[in-house]
Amino acid sequence: MTTTAEQLSATTLLRFATAGSVDDGKSTLVGRLLHDSKSVLTDQLEAVEHASRNRGQEAPDLALLTDGLRAEREQGITIDVAYRYFATPRRRFILADTPGHVQYTRNMVTGASTAELAVVLVDARNGVVEQTRRHAAVAALLRVPHVVLAVNKMDLVDYAEPVFAAIAEEFTAYAASLGVPEITAIPISALAGDNVVEPSAHMDWYGGPTVLEHLETVPVSHDLTGCHARFPVQYVIRPQTAEHPDYRGYAGQIAAGVFRVGEPVTVLPSGRTSTIEGIDLLGDSVDIAWAPQSVTLRLSDDIDVSRGDLIAPSGDAPAVTQDVEATVCHVADEPLTVGRRVLLKHTTRTVKAIVKDIPSRLTLDDLSQHPAPGKLVANDIGRVVVRTAEPLALDAYADSRRTGSFLLIDPADGTTLSAGMAGASFAAAEEAPAADDDAEWDF
Amino acid sequence: MTTVATVSEGTDNPYALSHLDSLESEAVHIFREVAGEFERPVILFSGGKDSILMLHLALKAFAPAPVPFTLLHVDTGHNFPEVLEYRDRTVAEHGLRLHVASVQEYIDAGKLRERPDGTRNPLQTVPLTEAIQQHRFDAVFGGGRRDEEKARAKERVFSLRDEFSQWDPRRQRPELWQLYNGRHAPGEHVRVFPISNWTELDVWQYIEREGIELPEIYFAHEREVFNRNGMWLTAGDWGGPKEHEKTETRQVRYRTVGDMSCTGAVDSDATTLDAVITEIAASRLTERGATRADDKMSEAAMEDRKREGYF
Repeated sequence: MTTTAEQLSATTLLRFATAGSVDDGKSTLVGRLLHDSKSVLTDQLEAVEHASRNRGQEAPDLALLTDGLRAEREQGITIDVAYRYFATPRRRFILADTPGHVQYTRNMVTGASTAELAVVLVDARNGVVEQTRRHAAVAALLRVPHVVLAVNKMDLVDYAEPVFAAIAEEFTAYAASLGVPEITAIPISALAGDNVVEPSAHMDWYGGPTVLEHLETVPVSHDLTGCHARFPVQYVIRPQTAEHPDYRGYAGQIAAGVFRVGEPVTVLPSGRTSTIEGIDLLGDSVDIAWAPQSVTLRLSDDIDVSRGDLIAPSGDAPAVTQDVEATVCHVADEPLTVGRRVLLKHTTRTVKAIVKDIPSRLTLDDLSQHPAPGKLVANDIGRVVVRTAEPLALDAYADSRRTGSFLLIDPADGTTLSAGMAGASFAAAEEAPAADDDAEWDF
Repeated sequence: MTTVATVSEGTDNPYALSHLDSLESEAVHIFREVAGEFERPVILFSGGKDSILMLHLALKAFAPAPVPFTLLHVDTGHNFPEVLEYRDRTVAEHGLRLHVASVQEYIDAGKLRERPDGTRNPLQTVPLTEAIQQHRFDAVFGGGRRDEEKARAKERVFSLRDEFSQWDPRRQRPELWQLYNGRHAPGEHVRVFPISNWTELDVWQYIEREGIELPEIYFAHEREVFNRNGMWLTAGDWGGPKEHEKTETRQVRYRTVGDMSCTGAVDSDATTLDAVITEIAASRLTERGATRADDKMSEAAMEDRKREGYF
């Protein structure tokens, strides 16, 4: 054991989510990853063994590691996203463990919203099923950069290469058509431990990485040079002390891209311009900073900037708009209806808004559009048109997950109603037919 | 070769942040969101390592301006003297304002009754929730981490509490992207956990990297302890040892700092940060499993206490 603090500190962090149907073995995979990477500690395992024995189970039920609530243990199901942490000498991991039930689409959306990678599990005996397509569609909709197809239970199909190859090919073709940028297919047996942490002795025809190897090596940040730089202002720092009488800094987390000292910038929605005079990185002065660093920008002109404004390079500022077209996943029990007055939270700005139209609802199973559904209920995904009371500097979600996303909130009690993704999505590729309506206009 | 994998080459990206930088950036973002959206936030500060880490992050988030929050300590009356000394010194050093809610005062006034087992941790809930109501705090920062305990693993970063401070795990708001929804009705408040995504090892590594000073009880030292239910408790006038319990001197340190009646010490030679990190990296026990009696009460002890308003 010579792992020093320096070596551990040099590791990067990967946030990923798992998705799979109820019996695909997701809990076993998660348990296997935690267990084989030695992230389950003795007292946790003892607690699981104790609880399993109390219920009359012979073997420890690894699902109990992740099902933390009374109701979950009582019902033996996962009802909410759980976050798990584990580490290898190469990388730290935050796992959003999302429930597989159809009615919990909102939970997969929650888990996938911050994930850089999604693991979609299928049962090798069943192949690509409706639920697999739903998971792939949600990963595509949320623009998760990396998708892993884990073909599980290979031990139950004699570790046969053609079984894996056929599933991998079908899934890859489907996911690629949704615009998933990178797909990695891995044949595994979570129960037997094949290709999860240790390479399988049963599948020498497979030349790729194990699940853990892939998680350890997948790139965690994108090429920022091509990104539109975006800085939502969170808070204005003005000490007004003897030591810093004139300090005025705009604190925030860089949402995308790179900012440099000397760069001309525009503040939106006002459109005022200035130049970056200095960048303070939590106490250190730096020349350059990038997403997702939390920094403080100082501008060379004393212009009016406050929480909710967006600072962007003058040559690459987004347009401002009060008309938002987006795909939303409805996450509240109460439906979203046309005419509904809501609050819209985008980056650090919350504005009043009204739902003008719900043009279509998406069926995840076959990606078909149902025109004019009238409302969206819990777990529905649909297109909406929203008019805001104030202009927003909004990007397309396809260009920036951070500045293209928003929440719709109930102004009465603060409930989060919907998760929104601005701009077109794969689901908007085909216009919903409206032939019947046209015919009626002829009268 | 039948892999349809399209694995990108793992080139060293100059823009990749280390895991500590990522966690730090996220925590700072959360502190600033609260400063931007709430009227009366407060940081729960016990002088333990997690709250010390939180204060350090808050200092960095608003530098060169002072931290725009007050502090609140729920004092069980059985705190380690070294920790109280550290608490008061830190508050003075940074010119902060500290509120203290005292469990002892509640007991003396007859508003709380001492438990037969002498543990005061569960008794903190009432003074905490009353202090929140009395001072009308609308955001309460806690140092809870999701890796500590399985009910905590389900907790949101922004956790809405009703006027009784209750947590309802089935009615949590989904938390999407980094868009934290802190809307609440008058009387309600939001518990905020900026270091949700940190592990115990992350906390120690960051403390080492930043050179943060800690109370001495976190490092190995000789101490008079006695064994109760498999834990080494510090002898003291809080109520231990009882007649049949024998005191001995051992070289120990603490992994968590809480009420003396339920926080156990671990045998250790780790006298430096480096040694502590090596010890934790090799440990096969979680921090709470090793040293917290209150979590062993039942399978859902933490969930039950959190439902009632505990942090």
